[in-house]
Amino acid sequence: MIKFLSLFMFPGFLLANQPTKWQLGFQEAGSPLMEELVNLHDIVFWIITFITLFVFFLLAYVCYKFSASKNKKPSKVTHNAALEVAWTLIPVLILVVIAVPSFKLLYKQNDFSNIDMTIKATGYTWWWTYEYPDHDNIEFDAVMLTDDELEEGQPRLLTTDNTLVLPVNKNIKVLVTSDPAGVIHSWAMPSLGVKMDAIPGRLNETYFNIKKPGMYYGQCSELCGPGHGFMPITIKAVDDQEFAKWLTFAKKEFASEKLETKTNNMAFK
Amino acid sequence: MSDHAPSFFKRYLFSTNHKDIGVLYIIFAIIAGLIGGIFSLLIRMELAEPGMQILGDDYQKYNVWITSHGLLMIFFMIMPAMVGGFGNYFVPLLIGAPDMAFPRMNNLSFWLLVPSIILLIGSGFVEGGAGPGWTMYAPLSTSGHGGPAVDMVILSMHLAGASSILGAINFITTIFNMRAPGMTLHKMPLFAWSILITAFLLLLSLPVLAGAITMMLTDRNFGTAFFNPELGGDPVLFQHLFWFFGHPEVYILILPGFGIISHVVSTFSKKPIFGYLGMAYAMAAIGVVGFVVWAHHMYTTGLDVDTRAYFLAATMVIAVPTGIKIFSWIATMWGGSIEFKTPMLFAIAMIFLFTLGGVTGVVLANTGIDVALHDTYYVVAHFHYVMSMGALFSIYAGFYYWFSKMSGREYNEFLGKIHFWLTFIGVNITFFPMHFSGLAGMPRRIPDYPDAFAGWNAVASYGAYISVFAAFFFIYVVFEAFYKSRKAVENPWGKGATTLEWKLSSPPPFHSFDELPKIR
Repeated sequence: MIKFLSLFMFPGFLLANQPTKWQLGFQEAGSPLMEELVNLHDIVFWIITFITLFVFFLLAYVCYKFSASKNKKPSKVTHNAALEVAWTLIPVLILVVIAVPSFKLLYKQNDFSNIDMTIKATGYTWWWTYEYPDHDNIEFDAVMLTDDELEEGQPRLLTTDNTLVLPVNKNIKVLVTSDPAGVIHSWAMPSLGVKMDAIPGRLNETYFNIKKPGMYYGQCSELCGPGHGFMPITIKAVDDQEFAKWLTFAKKEFASEKLETKTNNMAFK
Repeated sequence: MSDHAPSFFKRYLFSTNHKDIGVLYIIFAIIAGLIGGIFSLLIRMELAEPGMQILGDDYQKYNVWITSHGLLMIFFMIMPAMVGGFGNYFVPLLIGAPDMAFPRMNNLSFWLLVPSIILLIGSGFVEGGAGPGWTMYAPLSTSGHGGPAVDMVILSMHLAGASSILGAINFITTIFNMRAPGMTLHKMPLFAWSILITAFLLLLSLPVLAGAITMMLTDRNFGTAFFNPELGGDPVLFQHLFWFFGHPEVYILILPGFGIISHVVSTFSKKPIFGYLGMAYAMAAIGVVGFVVWAHHMYTTGLDVDTRAYFLAATMVIAVPTGIKIFSWIATMWGGSIEFKTPMLFAIAMIFLFTLGGVTGVVLANTGIDVALHDTYYVVAHFHYVMSMGALFSIYAGFYYWFSKMSGREYNEFLGKIHFWLTFIGVNITFFPMHFSGLAGMPRRIPDYPDAFAGWNAVASYGAYISVFAAFFFIYVVFEAFYKSRKAVENPWGKGATTLEWKLSSPPPFHSFDELPKIR
């Protein structure tokens, strides 16, 4: 029981940036915002656990104490003003206790004053296209690897062919949108505390800061048709040096795709 | 028979009698519930293990299943059972009215549901079926689905909506104008209160849905672009319209349940309900606040941060009247002389499990936390705890409570209790592990999932098998009662059952009251 509860209390106990077997709580927090999210959830979790247990024991006590066999004569009490005021006001107080840190987190999640770099994610049916507007507009598609394309150690349904490579310890803003002629998707990365809908005709924004190098996995989180379960998000977080190296590689590697886009644009003119 | 009941066909097909229509509604709800239950069984069979189990690579079919499951359970199981079934049958009896105010409109309300469900189920067999989810978000439901399947679902919802609006008008008129002499609103039983408030919610919210899906219909077929961004429309507009209906809708599903639970708890505790006025006005408060919290379903759509802050606060407020209800039920039991018959078991379980589903709602109300939980299985766990345990347990409580009154026969108490425990164990094994999957990040509405989610999904699937078995066991309990035909008395529950329906024979005569009852 203690171990069971401790899993809720310290989700960091489970080391992974992807879900693990028989997991009970959140994935390990990979960003400062997710840490705060987990902390707030822990507060609320203990409050609701207490309330649920309180109601349970109250019910159990009443069922035991006032069963027909124990209590032959039912009382006639139907009012108790003090009690009724109490069970109105105490929940209000509890909600205020929850609301204060909750507002704080909400506004922090939407504070875009310190952004180091920007990327753009566009949802298609059924893959993501990424752009790096701050880095020569590198652009590439990330399509899920099917079971027979997977290599050793790559998780099924979570791995894409091209990986979104990002530097650690940078405030990264993600512009999220969808194919204007397509449907709604949602760009979600559980361990970073990020989820933003990709809506045709809208440009949404969110941000995160990855703490540690490593692989991070997420999935599309808005029903978008038959392929909804098959457009994952794979991030490889690296340090600055490696990121610079990857940029030089990527500018060459994805140059052809850029060229294609340009010719397409020309065709319109 | 001296009560002039017409012959079978005339009585049930052309029925204008509120009790007969109520029975039709309940039979309809049971059939729809079983079909919806089979869809949930299929879903859980598919999700029992990682990889595709029974669908091959027909992922669209999975979306058709979840869409049909949701719409069937909401529009064709819970609403017909609670409002159409128990509401029709018992509101006139509870307020001492001879019948509903508009008996022929009542007939229309019921029979509109039949083509409606045929359209919905039929859509599953047309060009891949309709799989935009019960929420039908544009553009997946417009440009994302060719073929007539989604149009059929839209028309199905139009019919079901019209049926409910007519029903709502009928209930409001009946309750305001046809109460027996002396039955003031403040003396009216809580189930009648709950139906009155539900009727207002239906009347105010369903036209918005009707408008939204009509706009969708014209977007799909007649070249309008309400939800098409390429031509200046906005997909998020649909979500606002949908949830302006959709959030009151979830209270429509649970409020009559609150009413039923109040009657059951009071009857089996042999005490009048504690804090009657607080209970009535708590329901009214839930109804009013329910109209101004819709965007908490849309926290991740990129709403303005201040807007989200407002919806966070407003949503949390709902916990207060809900808390009043929970504690008042417990206070009603306090000092009582409680008998644990099947309806009471369902009621007690409902109070506890609805609390559990309610508190996870408080978690989800926090926009900051919802970023991690939105559209994950945590949400699925939450709304099944309030629906599948809150609403469905209320329906079962009401069914066992009023079964002898409606049928004139007594169910087998032992079998009823077996049904209760099977259901209780089944639904908890199904839905509790979903909290874990959701926290770990498993998205909703996916036909296959990463291997790490296998454990809890397997557990949930076993739970679903038990739950579906329990649903069919319920049919057996009903069948047994009719087969053995144990004659029911006027009032099987003793002095705790104080409302008007227990003064009548079981079943009540075709014309319930020869003359209007006088209250006090």
